[in-house]
Amino acid sequence: MKILHELARHKTGGDNLIIQTAVRLLVPFIQLFGLYVIVHGHYSPGGGFQGGVVLGASFILLALAFDLRTSLRFMSEGANAILGNAGALIYIGIGVLCALVGGLFLDYGALDRLIPLGPVEWRSFGIFLVEVGVGIAVMSIMASLYWDIGSGGEMDEGL
Amino acid sequence: MKAFALLATLATAVVLLYGTRDFAPWGDPASPASTHVSPVYIERAVEETHVPNLVTAILGDYRGYDTMFETVVIYCAGLAVVSVLRRRKS
Repeated sequence: MKILHELARHKTGGDNLIIQTAVRLLVPFIQLFGLYVIVHGHYSPGGGFQGGVVLGASFILLALAFDLRTSLRFMSEGANAILGNAGALIYIGIGVLCALVGGLFLDYGALDRLIPLGPVEWRSFGIFLVEVGVGIAVMSIMASLYWDIGSGGEMDEGL
Repeated sequence: MKAFALLATLATAVVLLYGTRDFAPWGDPASPASTHVSPVYIERAVEETHVPNLVTAILGDYRGYDTMFETVVIYCAGLAVVSVLRRRKS
């Protein structure tokens, strides 16, 4: 927020100021809403894919209103790559973990043997863990798709 | 080569469209999906998974394998774009 504040102050330009101020105020709420959509997927429409896209869109909005470097200051290239891989690995890792402790692949009830919460509660919690993995992967891949296509792969100024 | 690619695409489309003729009509109450798959989900999903949202229960648990490969598809799309486009300016 502080970085955005300084950036908006030093930039000159007429209508850019309005857009940048609006984006500066909106981005924290967009990210909060994205987390809410992921976490509240058990009770309302939403889940990993939708919440991940909302989170990714907040970074794209930063890149559109300021420039690509500004959005890279909030999520670096390296962190983005790690998150994208980690998200896909969380999903598959939980599936493999279920198989390792004696259940079927992606049979979350089997994780009860590691931490006894009850098989039914584990199925609910397993869905949550998997959705978090999906959300992380979709968020970083949405952002990296925009960065690469918007700048032709050079990751400098962007559109 | 382009003409061959177009022909191959069209031939695949014809085969796929021909295959849809064997589908049950949309919303048919006598189709296999409506007679025993959907009722089981609706009756048992909440007590088996404790997730009030049936869509999430089916997507994350009963059809978890499908959702896993959806994630892998998105991951592959990102990987392909990065490996084709991204380059370092030295």
